[in-house]
Amino acid sequence: MVTKPDNLGAWFFVLPVVLLVAFNALVPLMTVVNYAFQETFGNNLFFWHGVGWFEDILRSERFHAALGRQLLFTGIILAIQIPLGVIIALTMPKKGVWVSVCLVLMALPLLIPWNVVGSMWNIFALPDIGMLGYTLNWLGFNYNMTQQPLSAWMTLIAMDVWHWTSLVALLAYAGLTSIPDAYYQAAKIDGARPWAIFRHIQLPKMKRVLTIAILLRFMDSFMVYTEPLILTGGGPGNSTTLLSIDLVKIALGQFDLGPAAAMSLIYFLITLLVSWLFYTVMTRHDNA
Amino acid sequence: MTRYARFVPAIYILFLLLPIYWLFSMSFKTTNEILGGFTLFPQQFTLENYRTIFTDPSWYWGYINSILYVTINTVISICAALPAAYAFSRYRFAGDKHLFFWLLTNRMAPPAVFALPFFQLYSAVGLFDTHIAVALAHCLFNIPLAVWILEGFMSGVPRELDETAYVDGYSFPRFFFKIFVPNITSGIGVAAFFCFMFSWVEMLLAKTLTAVDAKPIVATMTKTASSAGYELGLLAAAGCLTIIPGAIVIYFVRNYIAKGFALGRV
Repeated sequence: MVTKPDNLGAWFFVLPVVLLVAFNALVPLMTVVNYAFQETFGNNLFFWHGVGWFEDILRSERFHAALGRQLLFTGIILAIQIPLGVIIALTMPKKGVWVSVCLVLMALPLLIPWNVVGSMWNIFALPDIGMLGYTLNWLGFNYNMTQQPLSAWMTLIAMDVWHWTSLVALLAYAGLTSIPDAYYQAAKIDGARPWAIFRHIQLPKMKRVLTIAILLRFMDSFMVYTEPLILTGGGPGNSTTLLSIDLVKIALGQFDLGPAAAMSLIYFLITLLVSWLFYTVMTRHDNA
Repeated sequence: MTRYARFVPAIYILFLLLPIYWLFSMSFKTTNEILGGFTLFPQQFTLENYRTIFTDPSWYWGYINSILYVTINTVISICAALPAAYAFSRYRFAGDKHLFFWLLTNRMAPPAVFALPFFQLYSAVGLFDTHIAVALAHCLFNIPLAVWILEGFMSGVPRELDETAYVDGYSFPRFFFKIFVPNITSGIGVAAFFCFMFSWVEMLLAKTLTAVDAKPIVATMTKTASSAGYELGLLAAAGCLTIIPGAIVIYFVRNYIAKGFALGRV
């Protein structure tokens, strides 16, 4: 590969992007930082509070519980969606009309506004009038999303799998189609079994796109807000109150701006740290 | 294993279509039928729900508003991202790697929290309740994505193309628009699709930044849900109509979708 020429003039090309993103990113971020270190008693009176809010949040059991639920949710989501997406990509047709049909149908859930996804699954899961809830109860399962935490969790996970697995599948499929036929022919001559082909040809070739898929799914599932809020409202009790839902409860429900801002900064840093670690580990061999 | 392999995507797609079918069939039912109990097909078929949406300005203006700000956002994102992606793909400059990661971090800020500062910011600059406000706010997560996708496509175009054009005496703007852009139209298509999609499905910021004049369809729907009791049929019809613009766009870019990320960086 030819090395790229150095050119500081390139900054003029990125300037519009930097200005647009900075306008949207820096001012709100600084506002949040500002709130995070101050105490207010209303009437726009603010007092310096130092790192007090951060200490409170990091010690509070409520935060630990919400963070635990959030990590559990993201963990389950990744454990289901990544393998499932890869399996679907592997079994999808490679040529012909069916490719377009599959791609278009699979992309449909990605294009539905998030609040529609939430209310759609909410009605879908109602035990008396919804298709899913009614069928499950008819089959003899005792299922009621609004009263049983386990049912609520299962619905929440089913909804997210329904909503986002296609993204993983599309990305994995994109990685698969970039493998030249010659690789498969060579494997055939060597008499490689399907597992060996997957392990030594397909998986390494999908590494780049799977990195993107895991990163996107991690970030989005860790910050998921609209869909669970509309599906369960965080209930029953607090059983599905994920981190972002709890955060908004504190910020807008109780109007505790200081703790909410401190919590959102901690939240942001956790996401940033995990993403950075993952990004670094996955790309460390690329530039070596 | 291979004999049964084709059933996997078939079952998966069936699983995807079930809730969508449910929504679709519900949109043709009367509210009484929906609340009365479980029915697989509409018993009293009605088009009343769709008629309400197409005749009531507060409903159909929701769609027009949404389409307006999504379009503005897509145009801004692509226009800003094109030169930036060119810079990332062709040159090295001080801080380029850091800048790229910084752009990506903007997808990591919990939007739920930034809603209030966004409201204050856009009120302060006098853009509250305009289409431009939502379009600009959505740039926060769409521009990084557009830069990322376009950079991947541009890196696939050989550098010799640029050099030949300069030798032939093309000026930079002429080369960029006459030769380079036509070479990456599929990349622009994919980037535009993803910008359209993420701006179309986002609701929190769109709802926070608007009140009356630019109110998006997603906000109209939540208002109906709370004020007029449970008009489930109407909600279902509105939900079905939100799928259509995306479905049209995806039909046009279906052949490039898979490629868009395969060529991307990382």
